[in-house]
Amino acid sequence: MKKQLLFLSLFLITSALSGCAGNEASKNNDDNVVYVYNWGEYIDPEILTMFTEETGIEVVYDEYETNEIMYPKIKAGAVNYDVVCPSDYMIKKMIDNDLLQEINFDNVPNYGNIGDEYWEMARDYDPENQYAVPYVWGTVGILYNKTMVKEKVDSWSILWDPKYKDEILMQDSIRDAFMVAEKYLGYSMNTIDEDELQASKELLQQQKPLVQAYVIDQVRDKMIGNEAALGVIYSGEAIFTQRENPDLEYVIPKEGTALWMDSWVIPKGAPHKENAEKFINYLCRPDIAYLNFDYITYSTPNIPARDYIEDEDIRNSPIAFPDLSKYNLEVQVSLGEKVDRHLSDLWREVKSY
Amino acid sequence: MSDKRVKLLASPYILWSAGFIIIPLCLVIYYAFTDASGAFSFDNVADIISYVNIKALLLSMAFSLVSTLICLLIAYPLALILSSTVSSNSSILSLLFILPMWMNSLLRTYAWQNILERKGVINGILSALSLPPIYIINKPPAILLGMVYDFLPFMILPVYNSVSRIDKDLINAARDLGAGYKEIFFRVIWPLSLPGVISGITMVFVPSLTTFVISDVLGGGKILLIGNVIEQLFTQDSDWNAGAGLSVVLMVFIVISMIITSNYDREDIK
Amino acid sequence: MKKRLGNFYLTLVLIFMYAPIATLMILSFNSSKSRSHFGGFTLNWYIGLFQNEEVISAFRTTIILAFLSAFIATILGTAACTGMLFMKKRSRSIIMGVTNIPMLNADIVTGVSLMLLFIAARATMGFTTVLLSHITFNIPYVILSVMPRYRELKISTYEAALDLGATPVYAFFKVIVPDLMGAILSGFLMSFTMSLDDFIITHFTQGPGFDTLSTKIYSEVKKGVNPEIYALSTIMFLTILILLFMVNYRPGTRRPEGQIKVRTRKQVVVSSGRGGAL
Repeated sequence: MKKQLLFLSLFLITSALSGCAGNEASKNNDDNVVYVYNWGEYIDPEILTMFTEETGIEVVYDEYETNEIMYPKIKAGAVNYDVVCPSDYMIKKMIDNDLLQEINFDNVPNYGNIGDEYWEMARDYDPENQYAVPYVWGTVGILYNKTMVKEKVDSWSILWDPKYKDEILMQDSIRDAFMVAEKYLGYSMNTIDEDELQASKELLQQQKPLVQAYVIDQVRDKMIGNEAALGVIYSGEAIFTQRENPDLEYVIPKEGTALWMDSWVIPKGAPHKENAEKFINYLCRPDIAYLNFDYITYSTPNIPARDYIEDEDIRNSPIAFPDLSKYNLEVQVSLGEKVDRHLSDLWREVKSY
Repeated sequence: MSDKRVKLLASPYILWSAGFIIIPLCLVIYYAFTDASGAFSFDNVADIISYVNIKALLLSMAFSLVSTLICLLIAYPLALILSSTVSSNSSILSLLFILPMWMNSLLRTYAWQNILERKGVINGILSALSLPPIYIINKPPAILLGMVYDFLPFMILPVYNSVSRIDKDLINAARDLGAGYKEIFFRVIWPLSLPGVISGITMVFVPSLTTFVISDVLGGGKILLIGNVIEQLFTQDSDWNAGAGLSVVLMVFIVISMIITSNYDREDIK
Repeated sequence: MKKRLGNFYLTLVLIFMYAPIATLMILSFNSSKSRSHFGGFTLNWYIGLFQNEEVISAFRTTIILAFLSAFIATILGTAACTGMLFMKKRSRSIIMGVTNIPMLNADIVTGVSLMLLFIAARATMGFTTVLLSHITFNIPYVILSVMPRYRELKISTYEAALDLGATPVYAFFKVIVPDLMGAILSGFLMSFTMSLDDFIITHFTQGPGFDTLSTKIYSEVKKGVNPEIYALSTIMFLTILILLFMVNYRPGTRRPEGQIKVRTRKQVVVSSGRGGAL
């Protein structure tokens, strides 16, 4: 025990070496900043530096893991972020709860670079295109390992095939997991019909013994590492995973799937609204959008940015830029707080089955 | 220095705990017994009897009991061995058992994934020795392993602390009086180490009862513990009322188990 | 034979404790960013680490936070134990009951309850709110470490010192404190470690632009942990390990018991002085 005394002095040395606290507080008073709240690793960090260099606006950048973690923080108003990047259904929820303010598009002249079809898509959750500027979009599909799955994969039904017991990775996000079951059963992924929800729940319960794990982002790492044969994944990860492991293949099942979109929005009470708009405008610049696409490999809705893509295969990739009319795609919409809670109850019934 | 003035030493802490423990706790209880509109409601607490919640609670109880027991079984012999080695070595040795806690536990738990995975470290070694692979990842044993791993130092430290304080003369005296190993252990060492054992049990039982990270990371999201339910209610559903309701139930459970353990404690003081 | 068995047991437990750490260290030299396969040896993560302002500042925040919260908690906690000793049994057990609350509560409840408090008090979330929260959950570790030792303490020695004419303060520091030092330090160590490691409570009480290593790691989980974090953890860990061994195997460490005691006590005085100035 006495040696712990010496240990104590080690703490002191380390602490002394690491300088003093308090620079945090001074940052907050500076007015030329923008508080950004985004998904983890969802932007090329280089772009933040470039933005500050070009505009002189300092970026305070925070990350979250899921929409559901972000939402209470914005709602509680404990932290005043200027610009946030939620998904479609969450944006609807935030609009419904009066948490967002309209964007002044005079300050975002680059918005024209976003393709018309994406503004159209965004109308599903932002009917007048007042609140949200599309940032990235994609589909949800099955990623499978060609060496382990010899048959043709074109249907969600393969995720219920007992042959692949312990080889299946399911999405651990409520809406996406239910989407898989609902699409397989031929329902809308936005159904609120109680019978259809119960049927989907039972289907997911049947699937549980076959599932190796319910994960979100680790589908990517586990598939690269040949840990599983099949995984439900976002299309944005497909390009990256194929780069790392050429045995992997991404398909959009024939029953259809979710078309999702993450967009920039400005919360009510954002202290630096104009800076937020400058930030959004900057991200809509084709060269910046391209840089970002190259880094995060999620599909960009920025049409001119695609011309920057040098790799022919990626520019015309059906994964990154699928022909939207070819598939049965649906955009997730917010179902209201009551249904959301009911869905999480059902999901917990699946998980504890 | 009169007794009264010494008593004042506790006042900063009393004020602190009123402000940062009691008041926040009242807020939780307030949320537990109201609904979203702020009206009184018993539903949040009563929710524990739903199938999902009761199963999660029982599972958590089982996991934490077993992991506490395993921790004690590992830590106690360790403490005895450490305390019997030469003093200058034993302190550095005991530090070696605390040192792992200095690496972020989230990271270390993720590392267990690498070790246990189907193509992980252990199975790599097994296949090199042409032995059959073991798949415990995403299954209950992996969660148990994670709990024991994460919380073992919390058992080692207090148990070692109390075992090493035992006066060697007492043991020698008992031996001189003709006591055997068994008797020395059960009548001298064990009773004297009990305070350390009790605080070790507290420090392991509670976090393993309420964890949600370990079951998430090593259980593949397939096993729902009460901690997971509460965490989901707060972060995913942002249903603070329901989350607070279950937290209150969980607290009651913990308090009951602690009263049971502290009975042993009191016997010891006598 | 018995000794060898003991050593064997120690080794087994040590392997169990250090296996994940070894894994992380190996990953810090992995040239592939994916954790699943080893792509070859590289030092790039170590080079990148020192240019990664975010990771470095998260590290700095973590250490400062852990030290300050553990230090303040140790002082408050030890003082509280001493005060409680002279209280009636009932008030003592009430305080101990309150002390147990943060230990007994799920971290997430403590975190949320503190968040509710700070919002109710209209405090700006940031370093201060996190520090207050860390002190709050650290104090019980100090008390639970110091209190049992107080119970074992032989008050008779202290009373003997008083009988021999020592002032209570003098007797306290000469008789009681040396006996308690181990427990106080292990309370401090425990607090420091808990604070270093905490994620949940920090997560609920932090503000914008504020990150500790834990919250940083957690937010990076979405797209895979940046191997620079493995590199940083490896450096932190090895630094502590090496310092520990240097301190322990410095020539002349083995001295008679009495001398060691004198030296240690001095060091404590020195250390707390430095700590106060921080």
